[in-house]
Amino acid sequence: MTGLLQEPKTEPMRAPVPAAPPSRTRRTLPEDGVPALLVEHVTKQFLVGRKRKPVTAVKDISLRIRRGEIYGVLGANGSGKSTFIRLVSTLLTLDTGKVEVFGHDIERDEMAVKRLINRVSVDAAFFKKLSPFENLAYAARLYGMDPKSARQQAIAILARLGISEKRLGRPLEQMSRGMQQKVAIARALLTSPTLLLLDEPTTGLDPRSKLDVQSFIEDLRDGHDATIVLTTHDLAEADRLCDRIAIINDGRIVVEETPEALKVLVAERHGQEPTMESVFMTFTGRSLDDDLDNENDENDEG
Amino acid sequence: MTLMTRELKASFAFVERNFNLTKRYWGWEVAFLVYAVAGALAVSLIGAGQNDTRLLLTLVIGAVFWNYLSVVFSFIAETVSWERWEGTLEYTFMAPVRRYAQMLGSTLYAVIFGFVHTVVVLVVLALFFELDLSQANFGTAAVFMVLGSVSFIGIGIMTAILPLMYVERGAQMTFVLQSVLLLISGVYYSIDVLPGWMQVASNFSPATYVLDGVRAGLIDGVGTADLLRDVWPLALMGIVFIPLGLWAFGRAERYAKRTGKLKRVG
Repeated sequence: MTGLLQEPKTEPMRAPVPAAPPSRTRRTLPEDGVPALLVEHVTKQFLVGRKRKPVTAVKDISLRIRRGEIYGVLGANGSGKSTFIRLVSTLLTLDTGKVEVFGHDIERDEMAVKRLINRVSVDAAFFKKLSPFENLAYAARLYGMDPKSARQQAIAILARLGISEKRLGRPLEQMSRGMQQKVAIARALLTSPTLLLLDEPTTGLDPRSKLDVQSFIEDLRDGHDATIVLTTHDLAEADRLCDRIAIINDGRIVVEETPEALKVLVAERHGQEPTMESVFMTFTGRSLDDDLDNENDENDEG
Repeated sequence: MTLMTRELKASFAFVERNFNLTKRYWGWEVAFLVYAVAGALAVSLIGAGQNDTRLLLTLVIGAVFWNYLSVVFSFIAETVSWERWEGTLEYTFMAPVRRYAQMLGSTLYAVIFGFVHTVVVLVVLALFFELDLSQANFGTAAVFMVLGSVSFIGIGIMTAILPLMYVERGAQMTFVLQSVLLLISGVYYSIDVLPGWMQVASNFSPATYVLDGVRAGLIDGVGTADLLRDVWPLALMGIVFIPLGLWAFGRAERYAKRTGKLKRVG
């Protein structure tokens, strides 16, 4: 481990008021009202073998996300980001704690929550033999939408993402991964979710596709009533898009602040460069080399 | 929009999606149809070789209706494994659709698909063997097919749990259950030839009653009213198996969400 790094704190840290100018104009969001997402003391464990200790993927996480906010969740591989997204998506049950989406408890009022949320995961999961139109018609019907109007919406969204209508009748397996991911984003937005969960939506995309998706998220932020939770490994993306960022390490949130405040924090308290890279290294206590080693180990085991 | 309308619309999503998939995989569907016809012919030729018309009809009906029941059964049982393979399982389970609506859509398509499949196999066999079905009571056969479908839908839903709980081998386990039903239900022989304990087990298979009823209707022209001894167990199984299947599936879904097994693909 390099001298740049330090062990993460167990309690989330609050930064002083930023002295440096922000990298982009941040919006002022109202503090009052029902939060878009309220998470209180959530823990999730998995059993990985009969004789092995359970793995705690998420440890006592609490957070409150305001309506209209883009909330970034950063963390190393295996830190618990995707588990957190799956918990909010109703795809995992909670061991302890409570999650509310716009005041609806995800366990007691699961159907209401499902109508409010949608998710884009790192893998664009589709019936690959079907065309984008056929996949989107399926999604539209699942959410009680009229497929014809959904088709028009899909055309508009995908045109904004750089995919023309003439490509939408061919099987998805003939599309590149970047295009498939754009269709996945269109599918999520078709249902007009008020809480959109983006789990590494730009991972593996080429720079142009990444930029298209990022610009689209900015449009959503500026022009639509959507609250977005974004997990990403792209620190510049998080800095550009997020109103606030939480860093998860070993299943715990170790810090939560605006990007500017985080940079000031590492500069003033830890003497690091005021960059998102320094923020990430400081609070995850890992280097990128550690992550690569871990990935190689996982591949070897697999 | 009322709850019922919304759920029916959602059910149709599964019918339409499966229809689109059948269209895209039409080459494979033709291949499986050829496989089904060849299998039914191979079994039925045993009867033809004995110059025994009754045996021939018994085997033809066994082959054709077992084909129908196994298509319906496997289509439903593969609902989960198919989605797991495509990687869409999480997306479907995250959608605001009640599980009964999902199962209704999947089973409705399975029944329609199975019916079309079976008609094709039956027509080919009837032409091949020049079967005389002038005395047949098709109404009886239809009643037993419908009643049998209901029971098999319930068993199919219960079987769909296996790939939900056992990621790697769950889909293969459904074939084990299918082969046990084939063994004990008198598909190609009378259940009288089975050992006593297997005959007891055959009472719990809906296929036993379906095949009894269909054979009585098509070979002897017997009406449904004279086959009530086969009708009521089938009706009872239908009433019990579907709610039981949905309840069990709900428990399995809860287990999968607790242990993180929805995530796994492949």
